[in-house]
Amino acid sequence: MSIKAPSQYSHYHAKVARSRATSERAWVRWSLIATMLAFLALFLIVPLVAVFTEALRKGFAAYLSALIDPDALSSIKLTLIAAAIAVPLNLTFGVAAAWAIAKFEFRGKSILITLIDLPFAVSPVIAGLIYVLIFGLQGWFGSSLIDHDIKVIFAIPGIVLATIFVTFPFVARELIPLMQAQGKEEEEAGLVLGASGWQILWRITLPNVKWGLLYGVILTNARAMGEFGAVSVVSGHIRGMTNTMPLHVEILYNEYNYAAAFAVASLLAILALVTLILKSLVEWQSARSAFANEQNFS
Amino acid sequence: MTKHKNILPGFNLSLGYTIFYLSLIVLIPLSAAFIKTSSLSLHDFWAIVTAPRVLASYRLTFGASLIAALINAVFGLLTAWVLVRYHFTGKKIFDALVDLPFALPTAVAGIALTAVYSSNGWIGSWLEPHGIKIAFTPLGVVVALTFIGLPFVVRTVQPVLEDLEAETEEAAASLGANRWQTFYKVIFPAIWPALLTGFALAFARAIGEYGSVIFIAGNMPMVSEITPLIIITKLEQYDYAGATAVAVVMLVISFLLLFAINGLQWWFSRRTSGVV
Repeated sequence: MSIKAPSQYSHYHAKVARSRATSERAWVRWSLIATMLAFLALFLIVPLVAVFTEALRKGFAAYLSALIDPDALSSIKLTLIAAAIAVPLNLTFGVAAAWAIAKFEFRGKSILITLIDLPFAVSPVIAGLIYVLIFGLQGWFGSSLIDHDIKVIFAIPGIVLATIFVTFPFVARELIPLMQAQGKEEEEAGLVLGASGWQILWRITLPNVKWGLLYGVILTNARAMGEFGAVSVVSGHIRGMTNTMPLHVEILYNEYNYAAAFAVASLLAILALVTLILKSLVEWQSARSAFANEQNFS
Repeated sequence: MTKHKNILPGFNLSLGYTIFYLSLIVLIPLSAAFIKTSSLSLHDFWAIVTAPRVLASYRLTFGASLIAALINAVFGLLTAWVLVRYHFTGKKIFDALVDLPFALPTAVAGIALTAVYSSNGWIGSWLEPHGIKIAFTPLGVVVALTFIGLPFVVRTVQPVLEDLEAETEEAAASLGANRWQTFYKVIFPAIWPALLTGFALAFARAIGEYGSVIFIAGNMPMVSEITPLIIITKLEQYDYAGATAVAVVMLVISFLLLFAINGLQWWFSRRTSGVV
């Protein structure tokens, strides 16, 4: 913790000491700020505002009826189910992977870290494709699944699998560097005092990384609810059955039912905004608790 | 570091579960793509992945991804600079908003960008009289990929700019450098590895992108059809071998990029930690 102190100091120092010689002239400053605002407006702000204005174009009654449409409701339900399965599974994996990687030394560790990152490098479309190759009709297990009357592709299990794949690394990636930085002195002290492995995990390790954990869960959840490409390949687009919210948006849009498409999309946009707010709160909280720790140690 | 025996429990369980879950969800399914492709003869494989329509899709996917990543390198650096160095009202909101492309589902981004940039949209209708069409042209692909890659450069450059010591800039100024000279001789050499990493991340993300692109692209074969869409089209025609062959080409390129990015980050962390 005390390692951070010098950079904190220089940060403070930098702010105080930034004089005319190390800052730009006012017109340079303002034109840079204006360029940034124009860039963010063109690519982020205008499209975001457009989602809501398009959604309300036909009035609030039409907006509401698009949302309580049975197909819309079943797509909301399926999205929630997929996220409710994918998030805890990837959370458990993230904690296990971070424990092994951060607290122990073993051969091939850096390869393992790279492999955990793989799903980020794979196109969502390919993520869907690989499950079709395994569970699809012509796939490895295709015929034996038919024999047992189990549907994976064009059904909910396929959607859940694809969602797990695309959100696979998020929690692990947040936790590994954090737990590496924490070291293992506290856990070893717990062990000496007679705590069991699970007690150490629940009472020492997880409380120490709670903000990073929450951050990872928020990112996982946002991506799980919003995934389109991977889910699109495995879903089969059966209305009211295997459509998640993003797929429902696509169907409505392709039927030129723009107001309804944007109405469902606006729910996802609200979810994104809530995600950004939670993310900022978590970042602020973790910075605050890091600062408090620093104060305690010095 | 002194070496001592690790007394913490749970190594076998946690590593075992990690490898089991990784294999089940990622490694075995990915290997299916390579095994499926090996059923094709080399000649057939080559014919599929170099068909004119597929080649045109590579050109669009890689070309548009490159342009989008370059746009993000320039404006992402500028955005990071403004967010770190200047103070103005609402800065925190803009800072948080930079992550929007990570949080907004790609399908929503796709239809929103199409609505804004089509010829009767807010921005599109304003560009149309100048002869610029964005939606349903390759330019639309660039716009969508710029949106998708926007946070990467900002978020990799921002922390490096924050940690930059003011002393070096003061020294440069006291030695007579003007602000521009200080920037490209002192500041830029310190941040360019981060800039390059952010650029590579944005490029890698853009190559595989599907959801935001298909709404705005128009999806005309040979003109505005991206490679992930080629895979989907082949799948819908039950041409599994063809879809997988194209997917394998993309996978190999993505893996090479991932290793390059990991190498970059390793080199970059060695540089910044002062180990030479």
